Amino acid sequence: MAELNTDSHDKRVLMKGNEAVGEAAIKAGCLCYFAYPITPQTETPEYLARRMEEENRIFLQAESEIAAINMVFGASAAGARVMTSSSSPGISLKQEGISYIAGGELPCVIINVVRGGPGLGNIEASQADYFQSTRGGGHGDYRCIVLAPNSVQECYDMVMNAFDISDFYRVPVIIQSDGIIGQLVEPFNMHPYKPMYEKLPPKDWALTGCLGRKPNVVRTLFLNPPNGLEMHNRKLNDRYNKIKTELRWSDEFNCDKADIIVIAYGATSRIAKSAIKKHNNNGIKVGLFRPKTLWPWPDVELVEVARKNKGAKFLVIEMSTGQMIEDVQLTLMDIVPKKDILFYGMGGGWNPTPDQIYEEISRVIKK
Amino acid sequence: MNIIKSQPKSITADSTKYCPGCGHGIILRLIGEAIDELGIRERMILTAPVGCAVVIYDYIYCDVVECAHGRAPAVGTAIKRVHPDKFVLIYQGDGDLAAIGTAEIIHAANRGENMSVIFVNNATYGMTGGQMAPTTLIGQKTTTSPFGRTIKGMGKPIRVCELLATLEETKYLERTSINSVRNINKTKAAIKKVFQNQLNGIGFSMVEILSMCPVGWRVSPVEAIQFIEEQMINYFPLGVYKDTE
Repeated sequence: MAELNTDSHDKRVLMKGNEAVGEAAIKAGCLCYFAYPITPQTETPEYLARRMEEENRIFLQAESEIAAINMVFGASAAGARVMTSSSSPGISLKQEGISYIAGGELPCVIINVVRGGPGLGNIEASQADYFQSTRGGGHGDYRCIVLAPNSVQECYDMVMNAFDISDFYRVPVIIQSDGIIGQLVEPFNMHPYKPMYEKLPPKDWALTGCLGRKPNVVRTLFLNPPNGLEMHNRKLNDRYNKIKTELRWSDEFNCDKADIIVIAYGATSRIAKSAIKKHNNNGIKVGLFRPKTLWPWPDVELVEVARKNKGAKFLVIEMSTGQMIEDVQLTLMDIVPKKDILFYGMGGGWNPTPDQIYEEISRVIKK
Repeated sequence: MNIIKSQPKSITADSTKYCPGCGHGIILRLIGEAIDELGIRERMILTAPVGCAVVIYDYIYCDVVECAHGRAPAVGTAIKRVHPDKFVLIYQGDGDLAAIGTAEIIHAANRGENMSVIFVNNATYGMTGGQMAPTTLIGQKTTTSPFGRTIKGMGKPIRVCELLATLEETKYLERTSINSVRNINKTKAAIKKVFQNQLNGIGFSMVEILSMCPVGWRVSPVEAIQFIEEQMINYFPLGVYKDTE
């Protein structure tokens, strides 16, 4: 970590995305971190192995991803702020635990530095875990909140937000990074922790020993007749609906009377923006819509963009064979003809260059 | 009239949902007695396993977390790290600890986590109806080894105390049984020992308890007691396997 200057509180520093994630956790008061090495996220456990020790907090390299997420489950049940990180194959292993965390209404932060799949895949950046992250991932009917940074600054900011959001709603929050954002080194403003909410609900459900109160039980099994589990699912679903109305984040760039709106998140949105600027300089009206929360999906905002840009074509770009495009199609099905929603992308670690995206936009214009 | 013996205060239920002849009820009572005698109910966190003991929070009146199958040692590790001053009790069965959760128990033991583990070995999967467990004896018939367990293809039963004893950071390992009053009394002493060790900061301590599952074994409660005496103890010798004090 190289410090560029040392102003009072805000520091301009140079770091990798994966390291900024670690420092943000430190600043946000993360007491425990459990993880297992896997490329391309290993800088986070390496960073936190040192920093957690310095801060006298808990770092434990688990024997597996499964153990790591169950340690997250335990620490969260015990009332601590807790985080884990991994990359796609490891996140698959964690899905059992994430389902239990969601079922047990426990807060936690999970970093997924997505790499190519399926299987061992490769270690290139990818966005092929969109379905897994936004549809729950493990068994049962649950959702995780999914934040998608596209810069080192956002890695830092969103991890801090993630702890607050997770504590606020008692829902696990996933930071959906990727091999590019995680490995990217760029300067960012390392500001102090700014809480998102004035007040967070007390963790009166946490396991601390039942001195002076009734015992707390963190459970995910609901056998109580006649409809215990159904009532639990209703409660969770009500919460998810609340989140859908309160937490949709997105960014727009030149989405005003555009002929083409590119929709992309994470690293792809950064690359796309370069291509869009080049087109804009040539007088071509291209805009960018960037979801920053992948779940909840910013549907209201996207509909608004479609209304503001009547007749525009929508080009979805993903480092996958097409996953987010299904959300785009569902959102726009009543206002944009399906033929005007186009896709550009590939899985397996394919990364677009700005020139490739520039060419693709040109092709869409000529259609 | 003097009351000589009564239900432990930390046990709230007046009956259990366990099958006739099941060992869990006896073990829960012994745990309750140990909790009362050491006065730790209000400072303890108990991990419930997957299996018949999952509903342990219906019986023991303390903070409980329900763990995924086999993961209790990982969950307990984190709880103990967050609350080093609290008492963490891990309760697991043989499918939970010795099959699906083998990695978690070995590594928690190897790290020397200062936790107390109750390992209930009844040589079968009770809750799912009597399937072959890692501790099922050679020749023992279960619904998934209907012709009897064979060494070829299924391997031999895992002796957990002996396995964990090879790890230098384990501090106390004992195998007991609850098939007789004498053995129940020894089990009580062992439970108290592994509790006391955590309170004294000694480190990873476990008692493996040979227990009856007459319904899973398809035998009468009396025959289940005999099965432990005549079969299980031969393969799983009782005794202290590690005591580093």
